[in-house]
Amino acid sequence: MFSRDTWTEIFDTISKNKLRTFLSGFTVAIGIFIFIILTGFGNGLTNTFQSFFGDDATNILRVFPNRTSKPYKGYKAKRRIELDNSDLADIKLNFPLFLEGITPRISRGAVVKYKNNSDNYQTRGVGPAHQAAEKTILMKGRFINEDDIKNKTKYIVIGRRVALDLFGEEDPMGKFIDVGDTVFKIIGVFQDSGGEYEESYLYIPYTTRQLIEKGNDKVDQIILSYKPSIGYTGAMEFEKKLRLFLKNKKSIDPTDQSGIFIRNVSEDLKRNQQFAGVLQYIVLFVAIGTLIAGIIGISNIMVFVVKERTKELGIRKALGATPKSVISMILQESIFITIISGYFGLFSGMLVLRNIGSALEEDYFIKDPSIDLSTAIISTIILVIFGAVAGYIPAKRAASIKPIVALRDE
Amino acid sequence: MGSNSLHVLKGINLQIEKGELVAIMGSSGSGKSTLLNILGMLDNADDGSYHLDDVLIENLDEKKAAKYRNKFLGFVFQSFNLINYKNALENVALPLYYQGLARKERQKHALEYLDNVSLKPWATHLPSELSGGQKQRVAIARAMASRPKVLLADEPTGALDSTTSYEIMGLIQKINNEGKTILVVTHEDDIANMCKRIVKLKDGIIVEDKKIKQIIVKQNV
Repeated sequence: MFSRDTWTEIFDTISKNKLRTFLSGFTVAIGIFIFIILTGFGNGLTNTFQSFFGDDATNILRVFPNRTSKPYKGYKAKRRIELDNSDLADIKLNFPLFLEGITPRISRGAVVKYKNNSDNYQTRGVGPAHQAAEKTILMKGRFINEDDIKNKTKYIVIGRRVALDLFGEEDPMGKFIDVGDTVFKIIGVFQDSGGEYEESYLYIPYTTRQLIEKGNDKVDQIILSYKPSIGYTGAMEFEKKLRLFLKNKKSIDPTDQSGIFIRNVSEDLKRNQQFAGVLQYIVLFVAIGTLIAGIIGISNIMVFVVKERTKELGIRKALGATPKSVISMILQESIFITIISGYFGLFSGMLVLRNIGSALEEDYFIKDPSIDLSTAIISTIILVIFGAVAGYIPAKRAASIKPIVALRDE
Repeated sequence: MGSNSLHVLKGINLQIEKGELVAIMGSSGSGKSTLLNILGMLDNADDGSYHLDDVLIENLDEKKAAKYRNKFLGFVFQSFNLINYKNALENVALPLYYQGLARKERQKHALEYLDNVSLKPWATHLPSELSGGQKQRVAIARAMASRPKVLLADEPTGALDSTTSYEIMGLIQKINNEGKTILVVTHEDDIANMCKRIVKLKDGIIVEDKKIKQIIVKQNV
């Protein structure tokens, strides 16, 4: 069955029926290609998702103030709640068992200038604990420290992206930049696994920000990290106690859903991972749909091919071809074509994914799209097998038609 | 194949000796093609027996039929039935492929048979590049390539003009003179008269069976 002669005959038939070969090959190749690209993009989306939330520490609570929704202790509803430095100190004082680090964050947009270069960036007034909470990695210099906070220094730590934009090849360390009309000295450059977006921030001491803003003591939000040893239930308890403490301090109705928001990052992470999981399922569903479409496509073409060849098969049978040889000829042809073109689709799909790399990360949130080789190969094999099965049924029918009927078929 | 069968042949008793050249005649519907198809194992008879070269041909499954067709029979069809993507030589070599001959052997034999029908220079041409007469000659060479006991020709000249028809009949006579048994189905009297025996069918029975004086076609091929 697998003699050299058989293969010579098969190659001969394939090379002399180019359109047919092309059609069936193309169907398989495009099916595999799209399957690989889709799966790769799906994985890329998941990667982006994970990097979004994987760039921060997960033992984090974020506290945001906003307006109350209920009147309490003589205050009206819709009172605006603000956090300030005293809250930082109070939390530190009251929760030493839970607390690992605490930092405020004051976000302000500013035009940042160096020589002739300038652009809009987001500055964040923070404390030293912010570095651990955001998993900021310093490439050069140091982060904001306690002395900076105490002395309200005009030091600044800039993101890799900012350094690249404003300084290009030049070394930014020790240079002075203009941030919203205040001059800061660069003491560090950082990178962040969160990508370019995270690397476009500038960090300054929060006390310096408060000084610039006429010496007030307000903060936008407070970021707390709790000791990982307290575990999930400990974190829940900490969150509950902290909320109660702050509501009490700010005179907010304990039953008020508004006023103080506390976000638990580990809970967010869980929710986001669920979402990424759903996303993965959707992509998988679409990919399997593509594969099924490919299977239907190759089946159709096989039916057409056998139909088209009915007369030829009749001639071959009149010349002494056995039904078995007719079936095996058609099957070997189809398997050969699907394997070659399947491999081609596989190879080009993987090549495209590799070339895309991280080019789509910024605009389309597809990071490092890829597919593991075994998934790709298994899907190719599935398509080849279904192509063969789809070819077998009409081939068997064609082989059992009496040659005289096949010959009459004009 | 419909579910209601049609009895076309209603009792045929026919014996053909080795080396005969028999014309089977009859108007359409007389059963001549059906007879040829049964002889060619392309179709099955409901009843009766068929001996070919002292072998009883019966209970044919497809595999056996294929073997017998390949070993005993050569076919020539009205519409030539060449495989259109194979050139003349490959078409002739095809039955040899199913006989299991090696490629080189096949090519050598096929070329010999093509030479016998004077088409050696056309060996690498596709059927679409050949004239009707040439196609039929390729088909005859193909039928002869497997060295069959019997050559079955179903209206071999039906699609050809009269000059070409006579050429083809000349070729058939030449092969017959070399000792091959040949059956020709035709409805044309002049073609039938070039054979050695005429069997006339009407409504599924033999109405006439006579030996005739053969009209020899002048050999110019």
